[in-house]
Amino acid sequence: MASPETDRKAGAGGSICRPPTAADRLADRVFRGLTCAFAWLTLLLIGYIVWRIGGTALPAMKRLGIGFLTGTTWDPNQQKYGILPEIWGTLYSSLLALSIGGFFGVAIAIFLSEDFLPDRIRVVLKATVELLAAIPSVVYGLWGIYILIPMIRPLANWLHVHLGWLPFFSTSLTGPGMFPAALVLSIMILPTVAAISQDALGAIPARTREAAFGLGATRWETILRVLLPTASRGIFSALVLGFGRALGETMALAMLIGNSNRLTLSLFSPADTLAALLALNFPEASNLEVGVLMYAAVILLTITLLVNIAGEMIISFSARPGGGRS
Amino acid sequence: MTSSTRNNQAALPASDAAPDEVVIDCRVEKIFYGNFLAVRDSHLPILKNRITGFIGPSGCGKSTVLKSINRMNDLVRNFRFYGHIHFEGQDLYDKKVDPVTVRRHIGMVFQQPNPFSMSIYENVAFGLRLNRYRGDYDARVEEALRRAALWDEVKDKLRNNGMSLSGGQQQRLCIARAIATRPPVLLMDEPCSALDPIATRQVEELMVELKKDYTLVIVTHNMQQAQRVADRTAFFSVDITRGGRTGYLVEMGETTELFANPGEELTREYLSGQFS
Ligand SMILES: Nc1ncnc2c1ncn2[C@@H]1O[C@H](COP(=O)(O)OP(=O)(O)O)[C@@H](O)[C@H]1O
Ligand SMILES: [Mg+2]
Repeated sequence: MASPETDRKAGAGGSICRPPTAADRLADRVFRGLTCAFAWLTLLLIGYIVWRIGGTALPAMKRLGIGFLTGTTWDPNQQKYGILPEIWGTLYSSLLALSIGGFFGVAIAIFLSEDFLPDRIRVVLKATVELLAAIPSVVYGLWGIYILIPMIRPLANWLHVHLGWLPFFSTSLTGPGMFPAALVLSIMILPTVAAISQDALGAIPARTREAAFGLGATRWETILRVLLPTASRGIFSALVLGFGRALGETMALAMLIGNSNRLTLSLFSPADTLAALLALNFPEASNLEVGVLMYAAVILLTITLLVNIAGEMIISFSARPGGGRS
Repeated sequence: MTSSTRNNQAALPASDAAPDEVVIDCRVEKIFYGNFLAVRDSHLPILKNRITGFIGPSGCGKSTVLKSINRMNDLVRNFRFYGHIHFEGQDLYDKKVDPVTVRRHIGMVFQQPNPFSMSIYENVAFGLRLNRYRGDYDARVEEALRRAALWDEVKDKLRNNGMSLSGGQQQRLCIARAIATRPPVLLMDEPCSALDPIATRQVEELMVELKKDYTLVIVTHNMQQAQRVADRTAFFSVDITRGGRTGYLVEMGETTELFANPGEELTREYLSGQFS
């Protein structure tokens, strides 16, 4: 290392500044190479999965064609397959979950980030919400079947009796169905939405709040007119992520939704989703049916992908309102 | 030095308005942050249509006193104010007074430009919407931007985000936002400290222009700035004799008088740079 001699050579100032050594440079290059390789590996892996699934699905795709997406019967005995009810059920349950979970998730984020609470209570509450994400999906399913469904049945049936003319309440709730499934799903996406929205709100500089208060805005006006619009991109990402999660959620839905391929607006009727369909039909699938299920998997993948891409696009479009800097 | 600008523009409104009408009578007894006594015993009468400058070493409580005037400090936990601030026949620290209302009548411009991340137009219209103004928004927005000497620079891009402007433009946007509702009093806390000399000069000219219609109180750490714009100057200092670091008003008077013949030795030392 540095001998007295080199120290002296470094100059009268005793400066110890020197360029990075060959080893430093090598480490840097290796590190960059590795990260690059891993990034490509991930892409390759995704490509491989899509390719294999697509390959397995191909025979079924050729045989069933586009009619698979518009058909409404699923009858392996007659070899009739259609997944329109499942596509509908997937989107319907996820949208319901998004509106409920999104609303409460953002509300919780506001509540936790805008010092409504003493710090200690806030920390506990925040941890509790995060804990919701740690509960396994099958536990949510059990809770939904044995606790939630009996709990909401009186209300659901009251709605059916009194407002049954609305398509949403056109059937009574006898057991599993769309509404309990969507409720549980909304609880499951709530931590995601809350956490990311909270980050977005927390990233707003204190001087923005100061500006709003300084103009004589009340706390409510500050939140509604300044903070939410300022954090809107982050909150939107949170919602897209939550929606994506809802689309793919399997276990709890397979337990709660009733697995009946009906095409209905009714909240209390049993229904089905793509993920639940896949999970429940794999064990007994014949060779040919595996291809059909793979086809359904490709559709589910496409839907999630489209949602995420659309979300990304909307976010990057809104990134520069009128050529703004930030 | 700068007396020519001051006299030309200052002379008119001062003689027009009732001379030396006090709009805000600020009597600080004690201001605490928790147990820390930040400011004590300072009486600051703020005169109408004048610019009052607060100067003094950093940490002497200039911002604290300024933010007490529009009750911004109520947002700070543990803040306690003892004293009275009279404005339009009311004590602003009376229990019945709503701080939000106070802030709507006494506007504020901050040290760091803090436009909202929304369009230039919406930034200026923000206060109008808050006050549920039912009138011609376009006219009010244009007027505020003109008064803030920003209109010509932004009139073709009112839909652009306020954050896309330069620092000096942002600060003038914040001034436009603050004056759009025409609050009678405008507080400015070191409004030029984040700006370059040219932008600083523009904002200073703007302040002198604004005092025709507004009463201004500005905090500045810049002695020349105080001399250029302030009609009256209050000099604060820190008292370290009693163990704490408590700010207090040393003296207050006409700027020319204060700089020419300071009444206190402390002021003389500070103004001549023997003190930090
Ligand atoms: N929010 C706060 N909490 C606690 N102490 C504060 C706070 N703001 C200011 N202070 C203290 O009050 C004193 C006066 O601060 P300030 O009014 O900002 O001074 P100035 O603006 O003159 O530099 C300083 O000692 C500062 O540390
Ligand atoms: Mg200050």
